[in-house]
Amino acid sequence: MAAPPVDLKSITFAYGAGELRRAVLRDVDLTIAPGEIVLLTGPSGSGKTTLLTLIGALRAMQDGTARVLGQELSGASEAERVRLRRRIGFIFQNHNLLGFLTARQNVAMAMELDGGLNETQRLKRAGEMLEAVGLADHAEKPPSQLSGGQRQRVAVARALAGDPGLILADEPTAALDKVSGQEVVHLLRDLAKGRGVPILLVTHDPRILDIADRIVAMEDGRIVSGAQEATVGGEAA
Amino acid sequence: MNEIANPTKLLPWAPERNGEEAPAAAAKPAPALADALRLPLRLAWRQLRAEKSRLFAAMAGVMFASVLVFMQLGFRGALFDSATNLLGAMRADIFLVHPMTDASFRPEPLPRVRAYQTLADPDVELAVPLYLAQSTWRNPETGRRRAVQLIGLDAGAGAVDFPGLAGIVEALKRPDTLAFDTRSRPEFGPIGRLFAERGSFDVQLGVRRMELVGLVEIGPSFGADGNVVMSETNFRRVVERGASNTDLVAIKLRAGADRAAVRERLRALLPGDVLVLSHEELVAHERSYWENGTPIGFIFVFGSLMGLVVGMVIVYQILFSDIASHISEYATLKAMGYSNGYLARVVMGSALILAIIGFVPGLGLSWLLYDMVGKATFLPLVMYPSRAAVVFLLIFGMCAIAGMLAVRKLRDANPADMF
Ligand SMILES: Nc1ncnc2c1ncn2[C@@H]1O[C@H](COP(=O)(O)OP(=O)(O)O)[C@@H](O)[C@H]1O
Ligand SMILES: [Mg+2]
Repeated sequence: MAAPPVDLKSITFAYGAGELRRAVLRDVDLTIAPGEIVLLTGPSGSGKTTLLTLIGALRAMQDGTARVLGQELSGASEAERVRLRRRIGFIFQNHNLLGFLTARQNVAMAMELDGGLNETQRLKRAGEMLEAVGLADHAEKPPSQLSGGQRQRVAVARALAGDPGLILADEPTAALDKVSGQEVVHLLRDLAKGRGVPILLVTHDPRILDIADRIVAMEDGRIVSGAQEATVGGEAA
Repeated sequence: MNEIANPTKLLPWAPERNGEEAPAAAAKPAPALADALRLPLRLAWRQLRAEKSRLFAAMAGVMFASVLVFMQLGFRGALFDSATNLLGAMRADIFLVHPMTDASFRPEPLPRVRAYQTLADPDVELAVPLYLAQSTWRNPETGRRRAVQLIGLDAGAGAVDFPGLAGIVEALKRPDTLAFDTRSRPEFGPIGRLFAERGSFDVQLGVRRMELVGLVEIGPSFGADGNVVMSETNFRRVVERGASNTDLVAIKLRAGADRAAVRERLRALLPGDVLVLSHEELVAHERSYWENGTPIGFIFVFGSLMGLVVGMVIVYQILFSDIASHISEYATLKAMGYSNGYLARVVMGSALILAIIGFVPGLGLSWLLYDMVGKATFLPLVMYPSRAAVVFLLIFGMCAIAGMLAVRKLRDANPADMF
């Protein structure tokens, strides 16, 4: 079996220094199998976002070891972390699309760091991604002319456009109503499953738990259930 | 969402479609260098273009700075150019001046005998003493008097060749005659037109009535708004002075003589009370007095610097607020794997674009102003290509510094804060 895209061992992390030092993650172990969709839940402040930023190489590690897409993160240089980020698709609570670019140009931004594609290929692929999220007719619109759900679908297209090895999403439905929230996560699941890309998705939203291969619960910086992989995903759910 | 019921169908590179392995998400080839520069520049342009009013403000700021610098450097150059108009118009191979002469409008006299001493050198063909003094000229139409520069010389000797002088050599030999510089400021009266209408006529120089017999072209200088040329003899009638002194000696060499070698020989030959200068050295000597001996040069440099500082602050403000208002987008780009260097290139690209789109209209406007102001002031405001290049480099540097200051704001874009 292929190496797991995410393999965390005894991750411990604290914010602040000295008196103000506060442990946020304690001894977290987590493995995600190829193609697996993992939902991370838990009360606010339990450390979910912190864990996600560590896996996404957005923050420097403190204690423990973390292998993400074959890159060891503990002791990784800034340049190594930047390079790893190019292979991860991020979806944020807010879409964070560039307001001065069209939907298609926003999606193409995920591929501009890829020297293997030229401008025509980038725009073509961005168009295909937008078609895949049902926005073929909106490709040339700026984000300001799209609804909240449509924007988040553009963000999904952008996260997937760069051929990522892993998708990290933090409460992607928090700013959406029930229907568009479900649309977005189902799209995300279908597209990721179709390509065998694993997902780690943080959510509070009980309405979207159905997309998960596995649900991991966190409390006070520890994983309290679901740490072990149950079934290995990889097939369309 | 029916339209996306089967999304995998739409992904041509989906593994189950072509039977290949799932994309390995391996490290991708780095973009070519051209793309690493072009794409940030394009992103910068798209960002600038999106906010028209901000772009316009930035453009106006850079344009303002360009015009200010162009005008300051233009005035500076024009004043220095015109300061040397008189000496620049002289045509001779070697000049003698007193070492203590700073500027031609108040020369230190030197012994006239030095002119004749140079004739000892076999390569010296002619040595013509020149006399410089200031007097007043009465405008024949309004009656107003104005200070004018007098130049006394033996026009027939041909050591000094002002345009127009050659044709009136004989006329200037008559007593109480003079020639007037048509490029003098208009306050002296429409002398050129009057001369064309009536031929020679009487004018008043100082307290003397003299006859205008011709026109020459020299141009106003810093120290003199107009010039009058006359023979040595007539000069002595107008200006009381010691017969054995002169102000400047113009030396003409025989054809084929080595000027530098003759200068060296004359320096050895003559005592220390004269400087032996080439024409370029004479002009540079005069110019250096105005540049270094007066605060004029500093005033214009200071004015240029103020323009650049104001422009820099404007550009910095625009770039800074562009980053500040897009901070979460920049952080998102960092999360997507865009490096600090790439985003810094975006900001520097914006700075470069502002430099260009502000400079170009600034250049056009300055050109127009040079023309208008030049006509109004009779200052030779000329848009030299070298000056345009210097101003562009200054504006470019101004924008680059503003960009480098604004780039620091990028540090606030932290991708870890995005979740
Ligand atoms: N940048 C930070 N600096 C200091 N403390 C932080 C920072 N981010 C989060 N925290 C704290 O760490 C704890 C875990 O936060 P977080 O990982 O965001 O949890 P969750 O996403 O589960 O709500 C919280 O108590 C939060 O206040
Ligand atoms: Mg959170």
